[in-house]
Amino acid sequence: MSEGVSQADKPAVREGAAIDLFAKFDDTIRMRRDLLASGVEDPFSLVMEKVLSPTRAICNGRDTILLGTYNYMGMTFDPDVIAAGQKALADFGSGTTGSRVLNGTYQGHREVEDALRAFYAMDHAMVFSTGYQANLGIISTIAGKGDYIVLDIDSHASIWDGCALGNAEVVPFKHNDIEAMNRRLGRIPEGAGKLVVLEGVYSMLGDIAPLKDMIAVAREHGAMVLVDEAHSMGFIGPNGRGVAEDQGVLDQVDFVIGTFSKSVGTVGGFCVSNHPKFEILRLVCRPYVFTASLPPSVVATAATSIRKLMHESAKREHLWANSRRLHGGLRDLGFRLGTDEPQSAIVAVIMPDLEKGAAMWEALLREGLYVNLARPPATPANITLLRCSLCAEHSDEEVGTILGMFERAGKSIGII
Amino acid sequence: MDRAQVDSRISSLLEPFNKASVPITDSTTFAGDLEFDSLTVMDFVAAIEDEFDIIISMNQQAEIETYGQLVDAVCKLSGQ
Repeated sequence: MSEGVSQADKPAVREGAAIDLFAKFDDTIRMRRDLLASGVEDPFSLVMEKVLSPTRAICNGRDTILLGTYNYMGMTFDPDVIAAGQKALADFGSGTTGSRVLNGTYQGHREVEDALRAFYAMDHAMVFSTGYQANLGIISTIAGKGDYIVLDIDSHASIWDGCALGNAEVVPFKHNDIEAMNRRLGRIPEGAGKLVVLEGVYSMLGDIAPLKDMIAVAREHGAMVLVDEAHSMGFIGPNGRGVAEDQGVLDQVDFVIGTFSKSVGTVGGFCVSNHPKFEILRLVCRPYVFTASLPPSVVATAATSIRKLMHESAKREHLWANSRRLHGGLRDLGFRLGTDEPQSAIVAVIMPDLEKGAAMWEALLREGLYVNLARPPATPANITLLRCSLCAEHSDEEVGTILGMFERAGKSIGII
Repeated sequence: MDRAQVDSRISSLLEPFNKASVPITDSTTFAGDLEFDSLTVMDFVAAIEDEFDIIISMNQQAEIETYGQLVDAVCKLSGQ
């Protein structure tokens, strides 16, 4: 990748190739080149040579504490989860080589959908090959021509891409602004279908949505409600079902979207619902039909992990304690954070600009700490931030070490 | 409310977003001349939607490149 990038400003001239289709990427190429020219390690091509645990890895040759993995509950190295995956790999082979609706539904796919129905206490569960595809598939399929999708402007890329893949009218509103959402819903022509799309936790700043009030407004307007709970599953809400459960309105949500690639600790996506006609989506949802199903080992690890997450209240409490301590510690050190109070297991540290952000990211990596560098256009309001996500397996000692690393790096870069 | 009135109301809504005081004609483009990024577009569209009590969906926004096209679209959407 980096070789291509370094050549992009002097493309080879080929006969007959009048327009280089890659010219549209020149701004991004320039931004990347300028960033690397300042001498920092490339934040977007880090390699983990060895993974020691959910919280430790050898990154670019250094023993590193992982603080940017979304591996909230630390299930990736759970012995039961690994044993289930190994057994499925041995018994069912390495892959299904088929669509869920043809030869790609194995016993394990049924079992993971059973586990999801039990976890959420809902009638239906449909598993996709990634969380991205779950949003892509559900949103583009249920909202069709003439329908309206009303969504938060800070929605995840997979939600926007679900809107782009479908034919509905797309109407965004200002982040978490209940009145802005209310006004837009009120202007939709009578008789049109309405889908409101919200997230429980917004992953860039780690803030939660006032779902109780927003869903009540959506219901008043007769809209169906979809909530993406990717960043809350497993530790927010009395049963870890997410922010909607925590605010007592899960029964008002028509569709919950989730992922296996965060708390569950593997890969895959899903939608759970009580809609009586839900199962028909298996035949009409293209991102579900036209892709190979998850490998047997993946669904076996997911099912085992989901069932264990139903009984992990001690781990949940430790994750919250970690999140509160990191948030409070960074605030006391003088860093600017994405939220005033810790609202999730994501703590976003706001950087003055991309250059300082990249320098801080590298200083932390040299200290032995990995966080996510997030930059425009993925971030709201064009800010650069260092996104930290805690894990239930981070020890008290590690959180203390992390705060020390932030203090030294922040002072050397001149941010605090 | 005729086109001139819609034009004048949009023009005053545009003022705080036109930081470089680019002269506005019907052929002024938002992306090119006014250098609006996606966040500015969102705030500007929200201001117009609230002023005229209309929805300009993302799908409709994709068809609007110039100031004149916006005034025409708002006239149409608000039933003028």
